[in-house]
Amino acid sequence: MHATPTLSTSPIRSKSQAPRNFRWRVVDIVVASIIGVASGLIFVLWNQASNPLGGLLTPILPGLQGLLGGGWLFAGVLGGLIIRKPGAALYTELLAALVSTLIGGNAWGPLVLVSGLTQGLGAELVFALFLYGNYRAYVALLAGAGAGIALTITDLLLWYPGASASFAGIYLAASIISGVIVAGLLSWLALRGLARTGALSRFASGRDTRAAV
Amino acid sequence: MTLVAPDGRRANHEPRSALSHLNPVAKLGASLVLALVLVLTIDWVSAGVALACETVLFFWAGLTLRVFFLRTALVWIAAPAAGLTTLLYGQAAGTVHWSFGLVLVTDGSIELAVATVLRVLAIGLPAVVLFITIDPTDLADGLGQVVRLPARFVLGGLAGLRMVGLFLDDWRALELARRARGIGDSGAIRRFANQAFALLVLSIRRGSKLATAMEARGFGAPLERTWARESVFGAREYALMGIGLAIALLSATVSVATGSWNFVLA
Amino acid sequence: MPTRSATPSPDAGVSIDARSWGWRHSGRRAWAVSDLNLRIEPGERVLLLGASGSGKSTLVHALAGVLGGDEEGEYTGQLRVDGRDPRQARGRVGLLLQDPDSQVILARVGDDVAFGCENLGVPRAEIWRRVDASLRMVGLNLPLNHPTSALSGGQKQRLALAGVLAMRPGLLLLDEPTANLDPEGVRDVRGSVARVLDQSDATFLVIEHRVSIWQDLVNRVIVLDRDGGVLADGTPVDVLARQREHLAESGVWVPGVPPLLPERRRGATSTPQPLLRAESLSIARVPGRVVASGIDLQIVAGAAVAITGPNGAGKSTLALTLAGLNQPAAGRVIAGRAFANGAAGDPIRWKSRDLLTRIGTVFQDPEHQLIAATVRAELAVGPRALRLTDAVITSRVDELLGRLRLDHLADAHPFTLSGGEKRRLSVGTVLATRPGLLVLDEPTFGQDFRTWREIVRLLGELIDGGTAVVAVSHDTDFVAALADVEYRLPGTERSAAPVFDR
Repeated sequence: MHATPTLSTSPIRSKSQAPRNFRWRVVDIVVASIIGVASGLIFVLWNQASNPLGGLLTPILPGLQGLLGGGWLFAGVLGGLIIRKPGAALYTELLAALVSTLIGGNAWGPLVLVSGLTQGLGAELVFALFLYGNYRAYVALLAGAGAGIALTITDLLLWYPGASASFAGIYLAASIISGVIVAGLLSWLALRGLARTGALSRFASGRDTRAAV
Repeated sequence: MTLVAPDGRRANHEPRSALSHLNPVAKLGASLVLALVLVLTIDWVSAGVALACETVLFFWAGLTLRVFFLRTALVWIAAPAAGLTTLLYGQAAGTVHWSFGLVLVTDGSIELAVATVLRVLAIGLPAVVLFITIDPTDLADGLGQVVRLPARFVLGGLAGLRMVGLFLDDWRALELARRARGIGDSGAIRRFANQAFALLVLSIRRGSKLATAMEARGFGAPLERTWARESVFGAREYALMGIGLAIALLSATVSVATGSWNFVLA
Repeated sequence: MPTRSATPSPDAGVSIDARSWGWRHSGRRAWAVSDLNLRIEPGERVLLLGASGSGKSTLVHALAGVLGGDEEGEYTGQLRVDGRDPRQARGRVGLLLQDPDSQVILARVGDDVAFGCENLGVPRAEIWRRVDASLRMVGLNLPLNHPTSALSGGQKQRLALAGVLAMRPGLLLLDEPTANLDPEGVRDVRGSVARVLDQSDATFLVIEHRVSIWQDLVNRVIVLDRDGGVLADGTPVDVLARQREHLAESGVWVPGVPPLLPERRRGATSTPQPLLRAESLSIARVPGRVVASGIDLQIVAGAAVAITGPNGAGKSTLALTLAGLNQPAAGRVIAGRAFANGAAGDPIRWKSRDLLTRIGTVFQDPEHQLIAATVRAELAVGPRALRLTDAVITSRVDELLGRLRLDHLADAHPFTLSGGEKRRLSVGTVLATRPGLLVLDEPTFGQDFRTWREIVRLLGELIDGGTAVVAVSHDTDFVAALADVEYRLPGTERSAAPVFDR
């Protein structure tokens, strides 16, 4: 290595020193879009698999359709974890909802956009509560739970407005569990895996997870 | 190579109809307006009226029956599913017909179930019909120029959307590779997760490269951008929104007039 | 900032000035580029060379202003384009990258070319004038609503070039633009660039392994030193002569330097054992759309068959069909009894585990094959699927790590490897289960000289040792070096093609 005094060989910034920049770069927007689009595709597949499944679960135990909700929620949590900018969870979830609508892979029409909006907000609020600075595992789980709660409120209003209170209660509990496990835990594990592959080298989420090489 | 492509304004397999050239924002707007009004109440009259009006318009849309049912299949599955749920667990009212555990089928729940089925159909069917003729680039132009959403996000989303085709190619290659590597025989769920993760890695890398390419073309600079394709929101678009609003208001009016309006938050 | 309209002298070249410039990625200890002092005059045509790791790509990205902000890295010294910081000069600089697919932004040809102009605030009428002019300049005669997904690699690169040109840049940067293209694409792109340079005064800087492509279009060659600074700088003739060995060592295809292939030692076999036979085979990627038919081919042990042909002729499809991964549209792929060794039916019917010890497939993009989280685990995937003992697995993996020179990367994540390393790893994973036949899809695609030589050497050893090789390749040097038989797919005709013995 060229030994000029101006060039140090130690890693330059530690986590605490890095100035937090909340403006979205182009790479933030594009990768968030890709996460959103990929998730939208998975939503479509999930829709096609879960609709018959939901019909099967209904008579057995009420409200447990909520358990399947997680598949719709991970876009926002994953987006928030990777991009780490205000609005990331909202944007990714909304875009995923839009994509699933356009591909015609859902039964709910444009109201999926409303779902996407509220569910994205559910996760977004959790990240906001932590001031967009804490992305540890428990925050991811909480974001999943937040999205799950939002999902319940939206679904009960839009699709099951005539439901009884016990149904609503079970639905809520099931959605939160699903949100925590599928949206929260899986997203967090995916983030760690992605960071190790070096795919997130342009993101703080990638650099924070890998040691300096 | 001078291939003269067919009209590139729509994907080759999409049906051509009177709806193809309308501004996507109008389509989105019309279906949203209709949905938001219908969602305010849970009664079969409003949903039924809306459905009746829509059925008339579907013929005008120019889809073959086969395409129509193929595309709206999910709606036809979801409607009875939602109806069944409401039937079994709906708010109780009137005579009880069957009770088992938490299941409670009553007059009230039957009525709500019918309303739910009609409502899902009334909202879902026109949405599908309108949306399958939307060209993503036109939608982006509309959202950026008419609705004035931030251009960076709209176009970033559009660029990401274009990657779908590549995702599918990648998925196929990933599948073949797993067979070649000896793990194609068993463990389907594990393989799916592994493949999905690999796809995520590949797409994010592609995304980073795409972002660089877009930046190199000046994207994201603080300059005021211009639009090469004009997104027109004219008489026809207002007409479509008007139709959506009219159907919504008609449904609501008839419902209130017949006394079956049932506000959802009540 | 005021909207920019068409500038008066749009293509006037810009100057490049680097003073002790260096940059490193945050989170890394080593500097990507260090101590760079450079001056490039407006209008100069430069070829940038250097070993991998010397920072060529970093420099080019920095000049285009797309390296990323303060949170992504830090720099020292000064880098100026046209007297300004590159990030302020966006629109004056045009960048063409290596991967054709990642540069297509919009779904229709015209829209994609117009994208750059839109971002620069060019008025609508002027945009479409420029789009027309740019498409004509690169020689892409396609209607404006032609779908971009239906373009070949060479066409996509030319489309990207048109998109860049529409911005009327003063500096044209090309980062390995032909590395991922077949010979036809390379010719097309070179032709387009030549036309552009004829008609413009823009400064031009290109990075490429294959010097011969750009040699006649540049008037200056700069070689970057891996340890910082500039190693050589002068006219093409000069630099290429003086730095010949160093360049060849760092992977550059220096014209006039022969590949120096290792000696081949054929094992003595009386009659080569037949492994696979294609009988009246018709192949299709998508069911129902046959791309080639009437294929009759014999694969024998210890020999290499090269599958060649034009773009779209079905070379990859044929390779996958022979490898038991793709269903034949008609006809059969039959395995010799000894080769099948108990596996029932044709290769397409074999179980995934049976394929491992008989046919090994190396895909065109190594990344499609990566499964595990470390290089060591990656090499162990095959043996593990065969349920071999841990001791055997470890010994095989260690042997391969040594043979492929990947020891120092044993615990690295496969996705973080360089292109050449990933390619070697993908071949290694296949060798771990000792198959009798290797099927490779474009093994030298996008590789520099060093990796090329290694792959050729490795495959040569395997063939000498009795393994059969089927390789799809548009690389004529590769085919000349290794193939015993060349099978050329005709492309447009549907009849069987003659088989050439070499």
